[in-house]
Amino acid sequence: MTSAESRAGVPSGAPPEAPPEAPPAVTIRGLRVVRGRRLVIPELDLDIPRGAVVGLLGPSGGGKTTLLRAIVGVQIVAAGEVTVLGLPAGRPELRRRVGYMTQTPSVYGDLTVAENLEYFAAIAGADARRVAEVVEQVDLADHARDRVVNLSGGQRSRVSLAVALLPRPDLLVLDEPTVGLDPILRQSLWGLFRQLAAGGATLLISSHVMDEATRCDRLLLLSQGRVLADATPAQLLERTGAANVEDAFLALETGLGDAR
Amino acid sequence: MTCERTFATARRILRQLRHDRRSIGLIMAVPCVFLGLLAWIFQDRPAVIDGFGPLGLALFPALVMFLVTSVTTLRERTSGTLERLMTTPIGKGDFLFGYALAFALVAALQAIVLTAWAHWVCGMDVAGSLAGLGGVAVLDAVLGCSLGLTASSLARTEFQAVQMMPVILVPQLLLCGLVTPRGNMPTVLERVSDVLPLSYAVEATSDIASGAPWSQAWPDMALTAAFTVVVLGLGVLTLRRRTA
Repeated sequence: MTSAESRAGVPSGAPPEAPPEAPPAVTIRGLRVVRGRRLVIPELDLDIPRGAVVGLLGPSGGGKTTLLRAIVGVQIVAAGEVTVLGLPAGRPELRRRVGYMTQTPSVYGDLTVAENLEYFAAIAGADARRVAEVVEQVDLADHARDRVVNLSGGQRSRVSLAVALLPRPDLLVLDEPTVGLDPILRQSLWGLFRQLAAGGATLLISSHVMDEATRCDRLLLLSQGRVLADATPAQLLERTGAANVEDAFLALETGLGDAR
Repeated sequence: MTCERTFATARRILRQLRHDRRSIGLIMAVPCVFLGLLAWIFQDRPAVIDGFGPLGLALFPALVMFLVTSVTTLRERTSGTLERLMTTPIGKGDFLFGYALAFALVAALQAIVLTAWAHWVCGMDVAGSLAGLGGVAVLDAVLGCSLGLTASSLARTEFQAVQMMPVILVPQLLLCGLVTPRGNMPTVLERVSDVLPLSYAVEATSDIASGAPWSQAWPDMALTAAFTVVVLGLGVLTLRRRTA
């Protein structure tokens, strides 16, 4: 598996670095988030280039979901600035331009796939044609009339992805979109992600499946709320001398431990 | 907030209910069971059901709708759909008024069923208009919805939301004139009950049941409706797009 996917490498058409003139899709300066009594993100600076597929990796509890929530504007932040597509995160104008898929499939289990999409389409101002389009994109046309509660875990998460796709977002924030999917479906979804990026969208995708990392233009390694690495997959391997992303991550994580 | 999004939300909620026939059955049946038990306990004293029946008509639907709305919105919170909606162009008002609208329809159906049940099955006779009593029951049930929605939106966590039920309902039940007429209570408590919506819901019911003229009943009905709107407005103000 790993060898097959590293062979795919960074797709040739995608720019490894954003063109310098394009402003970043997301700019974060001095972000600090406290949840309960836990300091989840102490101080974080970050730029996410436009039109790139950026993988957000790291151990669970490392702050991935919190960071994504801050970007889509539903996280209470203690300090710092999060700028999304040139506007402060959470601004009403952004709600039409940012698509968010939460980690657990946030769709209505007691409704059918079509009913879910019709509702979210009405909210997003998308039409019936768009609904049919996204159902096709996530390969659920055969299940449109099924209630979500009767679908498999992987199918449910694709319904959730379809909802995020509805408004044709400029920024797509996906929290573990490929969990529970078989290799063929994962392949087809990554194909879709690349296609969306080629169309100009920026994708920020969290995952803890390290072998998916090589499909991204850039990787962000997040641990204990800190950015351990922000580089292309090739740069990351070169810098750490590791054979794969997983080893690179382990090397960086241990390095952090030594530093303290 | 737009009409389109509010109606889309109401339609979505009704579709969810349509898939859940058992819940609809419970919403319709539970108040009937309460009232039926009351009538049965006092089967030898029909005056009791004539006296308490209208109060049951005012309170049972409101209680049931409070529970139903706070639990459904709680479910919306735990499933992550509320968080997702808060990242979309939906207005907080679209969300809450969509819920209020959908449950108002359910409440109307519930009130009709319960009023018919009280009169024809439990043998409840009132001096005033039965239709008027049903109308007040609808108002009270919608008030229950709005209290449930706002209680749920005030809460930051699921645990808080569950605790809102006794916090918001029990004092109102004690002070609304059910235990003793509000005029007989200590002055401070009477003043407190003056600003609690359930007091007016119960008063409007008593007015109609006792055959008081409309001029006496309608201000209480108007106040109940006004409280409903104010409470929903509070819910819109307190619902948060950002959470901890």
